[in-house]
Amino acid sequence: MNRRQEKARLLALAGLALLLFSPPLILLFDQPSTNGLSWLPLYLFVAWGAVIGMAAWWLERPDVTPREKPTGAPQEERQQHEK
Amino acid sequence: MPKVLVVDDEPNIVLSLEFLMQRAGFEVATAEDGEQALALVAEQSPDLVLLDISLPGISGFDVLERLRADNTHSRLPIIMLTAHGREVEREKGFALGADDYITKPFSTQALVDKVKGLLNEER
Amino acid sequence: MRSDPIMLSVAFGYLALLFVIAAWADRRAEQGRSLIGSPTVYALSIAVYCTAWTFYGSVGRAAVYGPSFLLIYLGPTLAMLVGPLLIRKMVRIARAQRITSIADFISARYGKSDGLGALVALIALLGITPYIALQLKAITLSHAILTQYPAFPTDILADAGFWNDKSFWVALVLAVFIILFGTRHLDASERHEGMVAAIAFESLVKLVAFLAVGLVTVFVLYNGPGDLFARAAAHPALAQALSLERVPGGALGWVGMLVLATLAFLTLPRQFQVLVVENVDEDHIRRASWLFPLYLLVINIFVIPVALAGVLLGDASLSPDSFVLTLPLAAGFDGLPLLVFIGGLSAATGMMIVETIALSTMVSNHLIMPLLLRSSWIHLGSRLSGGQGELTGWLLGIRRVAIVLILLLGYLYHALIGDAYSLVTIGLVSFAAAAQFAPAMLIGMYWRGATRAGAFSALILGILVWAYTLLIPGFAQSGWLDMALLDDGFAGIDWLRPYALFGLEGWDIYTHSLFWSLLANVGALVGVSLFSRQSRLEQTQAALFTEAMHPELMYRTPLWHGQTTLGELHKLLSRYLGTPTALRILDGDDRQGGDTSAAHSASPALIARAERALAGALGNASARVLINSVVRGEALDLNAVLSILDTTSQALEYNRRLEQKSRELTQISEALQAANERLRELDRLKDEFVAMVSHELRTPLTSIRAFAEILRDSDNLPEDKRHHFLEVVVHESQRLSRLIEEILDLARLESGRLTLHPERLDLADLARRSADAVQRVQEERGVTLKVDTPSSPAEVIGDPDRLEQVIINLLDNASKFAADDQGRVRLALSRHKQHWRLSVEDNGPGIGEAERERVFEKFHQLERQDGGDAPARGRPRGSGLGLPISRGIVAHLGGRLWVEDGPTLGGACLIMELPQAPAEDTATSPFNSD
Repeated sequence: MNRRQEKARLLALAGLALLLFSPPLILLFDQPSTNGLSWLPLYLFVAWGAVIGMAAWWLERPDVTPREKPTGAPQEERQQHEK
Repeated sequence: MPKVLVVDDEPNIVLSLEFLMQRAGFEVATAEDGEQALALVAEQSPDLVLLDISLPGISGFDVLERLRADNTHSRLPIIMLTAHGREVEREKGFALGADDYITKPFSTQALVDKVKGLLNEER
Repeated sequence: MRSDPIMLSVAFGYLALLFVIAAWADRRAEQGRSLIGSPTVYALSIAVYCTAWTFYGSVGRAAVYGPSFLLIYLGPTLAMLVGPLLIRKMVRIARAQRITSIADFISARYGKSDGLGALVALIALLGITPYIALQLKAITLSHAILTQYPAFPTDILADAGFWNDKSFWVALVLAVFIILFGTRHLDASERHEGMVAAIAFESLVKLVAFLAVGLVTVFVLYNGPGDLFARAAAHPALAQALSLERVPGGALGWVGMLVLATLAFLTLPRQFQVLVVENVDEDHIRRASWLFPLYLLVINIFVIPVALAGVLLGDASLSPDSFVLTLPLAAGFDGLPLLVFIGGLSAATGMMIVETIALSTMVSNHLIMPLLLRSSWIHLGSRLSGGQGELTGWLLGIRRVAIVLILLLGYLYHALIGDAYSLVTIGLVSFAAAAQFAPAMLIGMYWRGATRAGAFSALILGILVWAYTLLIPGFAQSGWLDMALLDDGFAGIDWLRPYALFGLEGWDIYTHSLFWSLLANVGALVGVSLFSRQSRLEQTQAALFTEAMHPELMYRTPLWHGQTTLGELHKLLSRYLGTPTALRILDGDDRQGGDTSAAHSASPALIARAERALAGALGNASARVLINSVVRGEALDLNAVLSILDTTSQALEYNRRLEQKSRELTQISEALQAANERLRELDRLKDEFVAMVSHELRTPLTSIRAFAEILRDSDNLPEDKRHHFLEVVVHESQRLSRLIEEILDLARLESGRLTLHPERLDLADLARRSADAVQRVQEERGVTLKVDTPSSPAEVIGDPDRLEQVIINLLDNASKFAADDQGRVRLALSRHKQHWRLSVEDNGPGIGEAERERVFEKFHQLERQDGGDAPARGRPRGSGLGLPISRGIVAHLGGRLWVEDGPTLGGACLIMELPQAPAEDTATSPFNSD
């Protein structure tokens, strides 16, 4: 999976989570169960867990090589100066 | 009387070769395919083989290879007779141990001379 | 077990343990074996988000406001999901700019403005001090409940001096801890390894403690969740306990709270500290993105059961905020309440430690330092001494005093005001204050055009609206201000009522406040930015922030082109950072070529490095002021950096276009390569075809030449032999010319030059005629031919000669492959939908599934499945061109030709299918004249 795709996936997942955690979807689950208590908290925990699970699955796959990142001191300063 | 084995799947070519060899004074056995050829070599131990390459079933090259691998026939003179005129096939024939390689259509006189020459060498 | 001495020793023993852990982690870090270099520790340190507010307050909120407590944790989940994009960028900026706090971050973004830094520090101090007070209140309260239960503690602070309040002493111990582990280095942008290790440990402790309470509640006090929920459902007060109706503000309030929690998670000073400043490796963000939300989920899983159980306890005198503690106490447990107390203590201390470090850095770097730098005091100091790091001690001293003051401020707030608010209220008010940083920070990271003036007005307007709609009404409710403000509005103006600004009524107070404050905040940021101009330094910083992820811009900082000497630089650095640090910075510059004389001029790169080092200790704004003070001439070469940035963005665009071009080129060259490949393949096929043709031509030619020579050379040949040989020559010559004919047909077919003369004809009649033509040959071969055609005409459009050629070829083919004994061939014609099907089958061995398409390849010689040679003995071999030609002809006539299993004879069956001729208008058809 390339970086661009991962970025798109994360944004999509965050969008999905936002959708799952807000009205009107939560209103659908704000229904009393047989004993009278609302399903809402159970729904929220399940949706939450699913989102976390998906993020873990995408972010922990070993085939994604970490992006090269800055290490140590800046290198360009010198060349910049020598012009 | 030396015996020549003719191997070809074209009946008319077999017919012509059989006639040519008999006229030159050799005994002749014929085979239509590779299996038959190998069986006849084992059975009648001919003194020379005229071998076509494109045969049904096992090809002429395979027959040549098997004969050369067998100690008793490793020195048996074999002339490849073929309609494949390409250089690579010629080289393959020699590499596998053919004594000569004749391209069809051939001169009957040249063929008979070659057969006689090889048989004389043997003696 | 709950006597005071035991409790005190447990509590302070726990704090002592934190010291040990932090000291150990610092020791390890010095040895280069860092404890915190793991993504899991990073995720646990972020869990400092869960304070005493979570530990005690979540249950309280759940008991009163239903599931809305979850929003405080769903918000950060959303923020962490985009963490690998957003937080990674923040971390990268912070590393490049040596950012020490969120005040430094915002100040640096808007041109290293000291005013903005001070403003952010002030807002943070104002908004967060109550939050620290909240933690102290939780400690005091939990201690009181634990020691006085079942009596309900009242007037905790009033009846005793502060020296009897344990939270005062906890605050003092924490001050010592923070001074020891939070101000080890002058460089505040460096990591506090010991502190982070202790925080991560505390996150584990509070998790374990809360889970213990939850498990005991659900499985010991009740028989599992089913039992608990059933009993809660039966309780009249709890019928709506879990529904949205309990949430203040309903669906709208729900969304408001979600937004508030998301923003505050990113902008609370302590969260910025652990997320950004203390991050040791960008890649740790990946793990934390899901592990931290998971931590939140787990720590919240028992909140609802504990809240329900607390309400079911039925003691109205108990505050829901203390259910976590009173529930195990009521059940008579002894050790568990103590564990809970420790858990709450860990949640409170963790928050206080990180928050205080963050705040003290802001206060010293952005409030005190700028003042000192402007006063004459510093210059006096510089004149007095030669600069031997005397200011280093001062700087650390300022920060340490700030730590003590902040904690004392928190304690004062707690002691004087704290009782008026519930835990949750204080927390949410703080959240709303921190959320005011979000526009300036987040928009500034992505919009280059946001200006300093815009950020200034945004922060000021936002915090004013926040104060008017949340803070001041809070004071009024506590009784220090006239409640008339709430009911009638400021100065009696109705539309200025703080909880219903401009007449916006019916919203919960937090959503209401968040809406107005963010509207003012974002509106001012965007509006003012559009109508104000950026200085050069602002432009540079804005570009460096927004383009931070671009690899070429990493660490690109403006260069100083003014002049200064090594001596002056050394003096400056050693005054503020100490001589050893100064030497390390100066020695790092190998380009000085060993010439370290004080009069030698310093290179621009060296000056930039010096500035970054100062920024790490003093913040970006102060560092710039200091460098400015020693550099003469045109100070900062901003044009250079801006032009680099502009060139870079131009180059990026250019690169993008180039890339597109090169992608197109690649596609074209791929297409070319494919075409070339195909040509080569065709060439190879042609070579093969030529080789095959020559092979096929040579075979009859060989017989012809051999027999011709035999006839020439043998004088005394018997007549019958002579005749036979001549027959062979004639036969082979015919074969040769037939072959040439076929090859030409094939060539015409393949090049599309085969001319057909289509006409309406009766296929049945044609089939019968073809059968008659081959009848004799078939009989000679010992093959019986049977023809089944309908008596009515089977009209198709076709070329009669070519179709006859096809049918004869099929019959000929079939007869060759029919059984050796009693060979049989059957020709049948039948209608199939809109087509006529002519099938020719034999009783031979048939054709294997794999061979069925290959028989239509050129020169393909069938091998019989029994392994024998192709045609039955005594029947001539075909050229291997008949079937390909037949198929070509049939295809030209719009039909198909294929192989199946013979339906009646069991051999192969070749089927030719041609479309039925369209119905004919008898009057106009030229074919109907006969």
